[in-house]
Amino acid sequence: MMDLSRYRKDFPILQQTVKGRPLVYLDNAATAQKPLCVIEAVDQYYREYNSNVHRGLHTLSERATRAYEEAREKVARFIRAPRSEEIIFTRNTTESINLVAYTWARQFLKSGDAILLSEMEHHSNLVPWHLLREERQIELRFIPVTPAGELDLSQLKSLLDGVKLVAVTHMSNVLGTVNPVEMITAEAHAAGAKVLIDGAQAVPHMPVDLQAIDCDFYAFSGHKMCGPTGVGVLWAKSEILREMPPFLGGGEMIHEVFLDRSDYADIPNKFEAGTPNIAQAIGLGAAVDYLSEIGMDNVWRHEQEMAALAIEKLKSIKGLRIFGESAHRGAAISFEIEGVHPHDLATILDEQGIAIRAGHHCAQPLMRKFNVQSTARASFYFYNVPEEIDILVEGLKTAKRMFGYVT
Amino acid sequence: MSLDALYQEIILEHYKNPRNFGKLDESRAKAHYENPSCGDQIDLQILINDDNVVEDIRFQGRGCAISQASASLMTEAVKGKRLDEVEKIIESFTSLMTGEGEITVELGDLEALEGVKKFPVRVKCAMLSWTALKSLLEREKKS
Repeated sequence: MMDLSRYRKDFPILQQTVKGRPLVYLDNAATAQKPLCVIEAVDQYYREYNSNVHRGLHTLSERATRAYEEAREKVARFIRAPRSEEIIFTRNTTESINLVAYTWARQFLKSGDAILLSEMEHHSNLVPWHLLREERQIELRFIPVTPAGELDLSQLKSLLDGVKLVAVTHMSNVLGTVNPVEMITAEAHAAGAKVLIDGAQAVPHMPVDLQAIDCDFYAFSGHKMCGPTGVGVLWAKSEILREMPPFLGGGEMIHEVFLDRSDYADIPNKFEAGTPNIAQAIGLGAAVDYLSEIGMDNVWRHEQEMAALAIEKLKSIKGLRIFGESAHRGAAISFEIEGVHPHDLATILDEQGIAIRAGHHCAQPLMRKFNVQSTARASFYFYNVPEEIDILVEGLKTAKRMFGYVT
Repeated sequence: MSLDALYQEIILEHYKNPRNFGKLDESRAKAHYENPSCGDQIDLQILINDDNVVEDIRFQGRGCAISQASASLMTEAVKGKRLDEVEKIIESFTSLMTGEGEITVELGDLEALEGVKKFPVRVKCAMLSWTALKSLLEREKKS
């Protein structure tokens, strides 16, 4: 197995004990931990050159502007975006998707148009479209999910009839499934639809090449890829961004303002009203440097090996059921154990220093599809090591014993 | 480990074999409560007779050991009690969970849930059925 354990020492938070045991952090699909270089980049900004961007004419402001814009360029290179001005800094994936819903969709979608989503979407790629539907007669359609936890694309062509936008996740935060977004994009484009990809679980874990995918919008968060909270990204093709109306109005996003009207700035500023999340964007730039140094091919290979090993070992526990059996998958693994509720599992594991997630994972429709209220989820990152899988398995066996089951 | 205090034998036993599980006559008022953060659910029905005594009480639900055992233990504690006694049980149990207010009655088996207090995120689980009971009683009072 690929050994990336040398990177663990870069994460101060992973050096601690929780409830007297070394922390085993397996909640990376919720948020990833931060390496020292990211913490220091944010710290350095506040200590040495905190100032506003794009308007000051003094030394600190020039330095802050340069660092902020360099972060944009780093992010663009990281996901192979053709142009850095196509990178819009937002708060997170949710805000990125909402930006598209509130600007592009409200400008270009009319009553009677259809949007194609899937049954495995996170609430952040469902609720913005519900809100849009409250305003106008938009039809929402859904690509079904198979029992194995993959998108059933057999009817894709007929589902695309009359669709103006396809919005799907690149990788499911519950099932771990990686969807064939290149193929979906090609089919959608052939049917005349635009494509938005929710990349919140993909960009942190695998090489993403936007020019190969060729989608129109791509959204992701900084905090799941070793960056700070409070910064996310919306990428969109520049010709689309230019024809979209602004999202929020205010400083930074204008070209010229009169009392009764204003002209808007060009992209990306048009979509970054007000003082942006400067420190967070700079921190994200540092995270991108860090991940690039490890190599996203290495990160992805390690996680696929970890997923395979974790699934094999979890399956050795009697009464454990894994949700999602796709061969194309990342290392977010949802499961349940017969007779022990996921929340009880999470509490019992926490007492052993193991952090997992239990709940509906902001994907209640998917929970209903699998006829469960909630699942337990262990999600791995490159800094997790095989020994942590063994600790998880032992922890789960302890939980079963506490509930009076043989293991 | 304080886990043993949380998952006491009696709690696990009630989780696996919940008492008063099921439905009353459809005509009885029903309270449905859900914890939106975790999806735990409880449906509660109650039958109060002319002497203001809880003649029957039933629940149905899905959720963790704490929420379901608490519901089961609650039905046992209040069944056959007068409404003024039930109110005291509710107040006392709430005090047991939150550490605020006074415990004025014997809580018996319900004391097994005291360990939940040490796990603040789980107090909501234990209180779910009690919130449902409170709202049912308020509705009964009005009608």
